Amino acid sequence: MNLATKDIRHNLGRFILTTVGVGMLLMVVMGMGGIYRGIIEDATLLIDTVGADLWIVQRNTRGPFAEVSRVPANLVHRTLAVPGAKTAREFVFHTIQRERGEIQRGQGKPIRIAVVGLSWPIDKGAWLPLVRGTPLSQNHYEMVADRTLGLSLGERVRLGKNSYTVVGITEGMISSSGDGLAFLTIADALDIQFDIPGEATRLEREARHTRGSLSDLGRAQPSITETAFKLPTEIAAIGPRQISAVMLTVLPGTSPDDVAAIISGWGDVSVYTADGQREFLLKGTVEKIRRQIGLFRVLLTIIAAVIMALILYTLTLDKLHDIALLKLIGAPNTRILGMILQQALILGMTGYGIAWVLGLKIFPMFPRRVILTGEDLMQLAAIVLAISVLSSILGIWKAMRVEPNEALTG
Amino acid sequence: MINAFAIETENLTKIYGSGNTEVVALQKTTIRIRRSEVVALLGPSGSGKSTFLTTVGLINAPTSGRIMIGGELIMDGTRALTDLPAFRRKHVGFVFQKSNLIPFLNARENVQIALELNGWTPRKARRRAIGLLDSLGVADRSEHFPTMLSGGQQQRVAVARALANEPNVILADEPTAALDSHRGRQVMQLFSEVAHAHGAAVIVVTHDQRSLDVFNTIYDMEDGVIRQGSLRQAHKHDDEASLR
Repeated sequence: MNLATKDIRHNLGRFILTTVGVGMLLMVVMGMGGIYRGIIEDATLLIDTVGADLWIVQRNTRGPFAEVSRVPANLVHRTLAVPGAKTAREFVFHTIQRERGEIQRGQGKPIRIAVVGLSWPIDKGAWLPLVRGTPLSQNHYEMVADRTLGLSLGERVRLGKNSYTVVGITEGMISSSGDGLAFLTIADALDIQFDIPGEATRLEREARHTRGSLSDLGRAQPSITETAFKLPTEIAAIGPRQISAVMLTVLPGTSPDDVAAIISGWGDVSVYTADGQREFLLKGTVEKIRRQIGLFRVLLTIIAAVIMALILYTLTLDKLHDIALLKLIGAPNTRILGMILQQALILGMTGYGIAWVLGLKIFPMFPRRVILTGEDLMQLAAIVLAISVLSSILGIWKAMRVEPNEALTG
Repeated sequence: MINAFAIETENLTKIYGSGNTEVVALQKTTIRIRRSEVVALLGPSGSGKSTFLTTVGLINAPTSGRIMIGGELIMDGTRALTDLPAFRRKHVGFVFQKSNLIPFLNARENVQIALELNGWTPRKARRRAIGLLDSLGVADRSEHFPTMLSGGQQQRVAVARALANEPNVILADEPTAALDSHRGRQVMQLFSEVAHAHGAAVIVVTHDQRSLDVFNTIYDMEDGVIRQGSLRQAHKHDDEASLR
């Protein structure tokens, strides 16, 4: 006869309520682990999926994910000339914030978009995890947006002076700060980044013309001042617009480190491997939040252990008379110990199951990704098992001290 | 040769506390109770009846003296000569006032657990538990939890549990305290019947004067000393109890 299950069945309502409570507590612990994992996954998602062996960034910066990086767009051609280089792509990354009413119909809340520029036509976004629609099919005015941005397929979104049609929807493409990613061509991404109001452009042109006309050169050659009225991109002296980084892939059989060794000799850029970029993100950008969540998770686990211990201790206190009675009729201590331990394990594992089921239903509604990996779930199951055993010790200690003659009182 | 005595005590003494707080609850008690003998133990509150019962029942260790059950020396002073819980579950049955059934087990399970603790397989224990409950007239309540049983039914289940392992000794502390006179007498008669049927010695601590005729022997206890008493003495104690 299993005394643990008999007791549970007799007090089923109380046990269910207690288990649901423990389950919700464990769900928070599980969620913390999922948020922790989500932060790490989100931070490195783009680096892991974009498929670059090397990242070439502004000299002495740590790349576009860590800080502002500016390199000339023509760096692509220079890197392609390096022995061992297979492909080189431009990369633009920046985050914008708009009111929903500004970019689509209706009024609404702020929307943060992490804009990623794709090196058209080499990169049309074929590597993106699309759930609907297609990659980019033209050089301008199309975008692929992540589902978290709340944009729908075919929707036109106004950013800067232009409107962009959503041609594809991705799943789980999030920046390290948790913002949904939108993929456009490099040209469009730069247009959005350097969108300048018309009045500012006119004022700048006028100032440029005035500066030119006041200089000796401008007076001697009026055509120079005429040129100053042109668009910045049409003025050779001003040069091309700048991008965030260049992504390089190397030929099969070539070591990225060998290629990086050549590029690192250039004075205007720094070069990092994909692992290096990942390291910068985890050790830099998300390090504090990662550690904070990690510590909070540990704290919650301890709190869960204390609460479970108190619950089990209270459940044991309620049964002291019954335990004394069992001892009186000759039940050995091992039988009583087994009863408390089994109840602790049933409570812990059922609570864990409830936490898992609730988590699967609730976590997808969270604004940021909560990732439950098999490894984390197994680890938490082992922790819950250990907590169950440890937390039952207090109750077992109390039960072992009960004398059989206590059954004769009360 | 089977020992004729179910319980024997020699100079059994139990002292609580020490120095100024010392209380002698049991004074050099020597008593012999035969198999099938049904004994009533009377006495005012604080006279040491429960101490005697728990000491003989191997729940409390004596300060000095010896306890023999079924001819086997079990306690020599404070020293136990056997595994007491194991011996208790095999040779001693307890019946107390109400509320001494395990609340999360039904009537059958309350009896069955005593058997399983003694090594019975669940199937055999179940069969015997139902048989015992049937013999005590509560088989129809076997799947009911204690809270669903009347006081008399609870005591019958407790008696069934006490009898389950065919113990040498059954110890009952105020078993009829929560029962009306009719039910109380039924329980006392039940003890007498099972003592004779199973050859067990039964010691009942009671204040119930109306059923004393079912006992073979009446002992009177005062200030830790046990003397063989009489029905007249028993009535005297009852009157004193009423006056208090």
